[in-house]
This record gives sequence, structure tokens and C-alpha cells, in this order.
Amino acid sequence: MEPSPHTATSNPPVSAATSNLTERDLVRRSASTVPPPARQLEPVAKLIDVSKCIGCKACQSACVEWNDTNPAVETNTGIYENPHDLTPDMFTLMRFTEWDNPQTGNLEWLIRKDGCMHCEDPGCLKACPAPGAIVQYSNGIVDFIHENCIGCGYCIKGCPFNIPRISKVDHTAYKCTLCSDRVAVGQGPACAKACPTHAISFGTKEDMKKLASSRIEDLKSRGYENAGLYDPPGVGGTHVMYVLHHNDQPEIYSGLPKDPKVSPVVNAWKGMTKYIGFAAMGLAAAAGVLHSALTGPNRVTREDEEKAEDLVKEKA
Amino acid sequence: MATTSIEKEDAIHPGKPVVVDRYNLGARVNHWITAISLILLALSGLAFFHPSLFFLTGLFGGGQEARAFHPWIGVLLFFSFAGLFIRFWRANLPERSDREWLAHANDVIAGNEEKLPEAGRYNPIQKFNFWAMSLLIIALIVTGLAIWDQYFYEWTTIPQKRVAVLLHSLAAVALICIWIVHVYAVIWARGTLRAMTRGSVTGGWAWRHHRRWLKELAERHRFKGPAAPAE
Repeated sequence: MEPSPHTATSNPPVSAATSNLTERDLVRRSASTVPPPARQLEPVAKLIDVSKCIGCKACQSACVEWNDTNPAVETNTGIYENPHDLTPDMFTLMRFTEWDNPQTGNLEWLIRKDGCMHCEDPGCLKACPAPGAIVQYSNGIVDFIHENCIGCGYCIKGCPFNIPRISKVDHTAYKCTLCSDRVAVGQGPACAKACPTHAISFGTKEDMKKLASSRIEDLKSRGYENAGLYDPPGVGGTHVMYVLHHNDQPEIYSGLPKDPKVSPVVNAWKGMTKYIGFAAMGLAAAAGVLHSALTGPNRVTREDEEKAEDLVKEKA
Repeated sequence: MATTSIEKEDAIHPGKPVVVDRYNLGARVNHWITAISLILLALSGLAFFHPSLFFLTGLFGGGQEARAFHPWIGVLLFFSFAGLFIRFWRANLPERSDREWLAHANDVIAGNEEKLPEAGRYNPIQKFNFWAMSLLIIALIVTGLAIWDQYFYEWTTIPQKRVAVLLHSLAAVALICIWIVHVYAVIWARGTLRAMTRGSVTGGWAWRHHRRWLKELAERHRFKGPAAPAE
């Protein structure tokens, strides 16, 4: 049986709904610890089937609409990408690649909807120094809490996918929220709802994996023998996954990293450096205290003063 | 070695006790601007270094404010320290006798200064602090610009920013350690702090800690009137 894609196809109820995604559902909170949540929400995922995407950008429009952002109007530089990069006002972006398939000689138009991957092991959250500015819910959504964000840009350094952008207006970081506010009331993300070809589906991660395997089977039967699911284990898997026709070489899709992981430099910075730092500063201070206790102050004696006076008398 | 380690503001005021001018007003103002900016930088920087210290951002009005002020204070420190560097680099050049002084490390730590070769205006530990501070401040300003995303985001790639932020935190830790040694040494060697407040030290202090400097001053007849009246 075809698994249900969970993407809301009908209109939501108009009566007020209470959020089912609250602080009690946090499993991680930047620069702080959270008590283990009382309940475990079903992990969710967005599945982006690149092979079904027609590049219409309805997802971008829906994202702008729902998040009420205002991406700047840019100029046409001869490519389809618009805007030309993710911005603080554009959380998702269709990236277009014209790829010459060396095996078939065909020109393939690869279109990948870029945006936050909602890593199970989020580098942004690890890097963030501001308590509660980045949170992760037990359903897998990684969200930025703007009132706690200090705009330092550490999340940018932590992210293996180059996703967060700092606003020049309010100096806080922005990225795809996986429409956490919609998911909280039982709706799917705006992009998934707007997608005319159902290239974007949303549901439980398990269902999305099943949906992906049926799609991969279909693609394989059509000659895409390397079709596969992009759910990179280096970051613990992601809650945004791709079906790629060429899963053996994700880089061809506008530089999607083959084996993303939180950079070892970031791990060193956020791990070892803190211990070494505190140890070094503590040792320096302790050495001072100890030295002071053992030798006492180094005082100028009366004799020193007399020697100086004699010297001056002699030379003056 | 005969290299002179005296600065033009240095002068002996004969009297009882002898008083020796060490830092003029410009040098002292320059030093304290540097010191205050360094403390503010350490407080705001440590707030970003570890979550347990994030509360320190409260001193600056909040996280956003601390994040915004920190790099500007860094620029102030850089230029202020550059002023100190221009003033004191010559007196901090290493000398042959420094090696012998350092060979007596035990006596330095034990405070047996009579066993040490006579030091010039700065002893080798002070010189080490000076050059280490200089190099670390250069490292901090360079890596700091690389992670000052508000104005210089385009200048570096993300992998470069990662390395920059790691080096920035390591350099900051090293600098704080050196700062601790510096502050401790001033407290330990009593009578030192007044060099940076009143600008002068007693002859006994100079005899005890920087005898060659005092001798050179006397040799060159760098005398100035009677001692400043006692306060």
C-alpha cells in the first residue's frame, strides 16, 4: 500500500488551534541543558524528490508568503536562481545545475530545493553561544528563537550546509523553520503544500523513507541505477531528505556535500578548546596564588633604597 | 651589552628616597586605555566562550550589545596597544644578558634577585610578555576581522572562518594567561603599580629590580631637580 505522504492537501480548520510543539518538547537547547522531554514526538521529515521537481519556485513563493518575508528584487544575471543565494528573507532556494551526463551524453537539468536540512546532530546548535537561541524538538525540527539570538554568526560556522543567514536589519539569524508553527497545529510546511508536482512531501520520517524507497525503485526501473535517498549519516541523518537520481554523486546538485559532518575544527573549538582554555587560565591564576603563598611578596628593602641613594649621590 | 634601555622620559630625582620617573602621562593614559579595553574584551569574549559565562553579556546590556561592542573594543585595543608598542619596542629588544638571567629561573621565582644579572628597563619575563602580547594581539585582530561578519563576511570563506574562530579563542586564552602573569607580577613585586599610576618608582625599586637601568640613568646624568614632593 502506498504510504500516506502526510502533506496537508486539504485546507486547515479555521477554528483556533493550540500549538502542540512547546518548550516541553525540546531535546536540545543551545548553550544550555534541557530536562528530558516527558513525551517523544514522532520524528517528522520533509522529502524532496528532485526527480519530480519542475523548478517552478512555487515552494519559494509559499515560503515567502507564509513567513511574511520580503526578499529584495535582484537583477537577472543569466541564470534561473532568484534570489542568487539564500538570504535572511529567503529560507529556501531552487538551485539549478546543467549537468552533462558523461555516461549517456544527455544534458540533465538538476534542480535542488536548498534550505535547512534539520540535522539530527545540528552543527549550528552546537556552535551557538546564546542560551536558547537554537532549539531542537523531539520531532527533529531545528528552530531559531530570534529573541535569544545575538547575531554572532557562530551558527554559520557550525552548519555543514551553509544555510543560516544573518539579517542586517535585526541582526539575528534566519533559516527554514520546517514551518514549525504549522507543524505545531497539524499542518505540513508551506512549500510542501504549494508544490504542484508533489515533489515535496511531509510526514513522519519513517513514512517519508518508505515513500522514498518506492520512488527510488521506480527511478531504478527507469535506468537511474544510482538513484537513492540522501539522509546523510555524518550528521545523524536529516529531517529534510532528498531523493536523488544520482545519489552516488550528490555534489553535482549545486554542491550538495557527499558526506556532511560538523567540521572537526568546530568540534575542537566547541569541545577541547573550552577545557584547555579553562585549565590554562585556572593554572595561571593558581600558579599566582601558590607562588604568593610560598614566597610572599617581593618587597623593596631599606637597604635597596640606601644603595640607590648612594649611587645617585656618587653620580650626581 | 651596552645597548641603552632607557626612554627619554626616564629621569632620576635625587633625594630621600630617590624617585625615578618611569612612565610619562601619555604612556600611562595609553596603558590604561589598553588595560580597560583588554578587560572589557575578556569579559565579553569569555561570555561567548562558554555558556556558563554568558551572563557576562549583561554587563554590556545584553547578548546583542556584547556581540556588537566586542569587535569595536578590539579595534580600540589594537590601536591603543600599537601606541604602547611604538613606545616600548626598543627597550624590549632581547639582549645577550637575558639568557643568563633566564638561566637563573629558580632565583627569579624565589625572589633572590641579588643572584641575577642586573636587568635593564625590562627583564626577560617582561620582554616575553611584551612580545607575546604583541603577537597575540596581531593574531586576535586578524582572526577577529575574519569573524566580524557584520562588515567582513564576504572577505573569508566559511572554512576559513571556522579556523579563525578557533584560533581567536586559543589566542584569547593565551593572552588572558599572560595578562594574569602580568597582573600577578605587578602585585608580587611591591612598589611596581605606582609606575603606572604616579609614573615613578622609588630608587630602591629600581635598584632591586632594574639595576642596570638605574645605573645607566645615573651614568648619563639623567637627573631632574629635587625629588617630587612626597604626597
